[in-house]
Amino acid sequence: MDEDIRNRIETMIKSNKIFLFMKGTPEEPQCGFSFRVVKILKEIGAEFSSFDVLSDMKIREGVKEYSDWPTIPQLYINGEFVGGCDIAEQLFASGELQRML
Amino acid sequence: MLTLEQIKEKIKAGLPGAEVEILDPRKDGVHIKVIVTFAGFEGKPLLQQHRMVYQTLKEELKEKVHALGIETKVRYDG
Repeated sequence: MDEDIRNRIETMIKSNKIFLFMKGTPEEPQCGFSFRVVKILKEIGAEFSSFDVLSDMKIREGVKEYSDWPTIPQLYINGEFVGGCDIAEQLFASGELQRML
Repeated sequence: MLTLEQIKEKIKAGLPGAEVEILDPRKDGVHIKVIVTFAGFEGKPLLQQHRMVYQTLKEELKEKVHALGIETKVRYDG
């Protein structure tokens, strides 16, 4: 992954406490898993920023390499990779996600 | 594309002693869910547990299995 992509990813992750790489937008998710993470964040009432990986293949592949995680969506909190849809849901169910925010 | 049985075997080969359950709720062979119970998960954060499962399917995940649901459980021995 070239430096430019890495820098863009890091800048995005640091641009907000909660950052979500997803397919589509919060208003129009393009994938069931992305939709489920957006739903959780809305349920918690957490303000977040997101990026539509469908709009940029380099970011879409770069972020998988960056976090060493093979799928989208990818949730970041305080600059740290938290997980995808399954983990977000498990953390939400246990209440740990709310504690992290 | 791997069959459910092959995915199960790959996970078990990668995590010796793990119990693997595979669900295919939509019967489409794509949106599948695996429940992995493994003593080796003990003390490891959730993210790392899931990574361990993904590591066993490294090659397959490159193309199709983007819809793999994972649930991990720690099996306490004894």
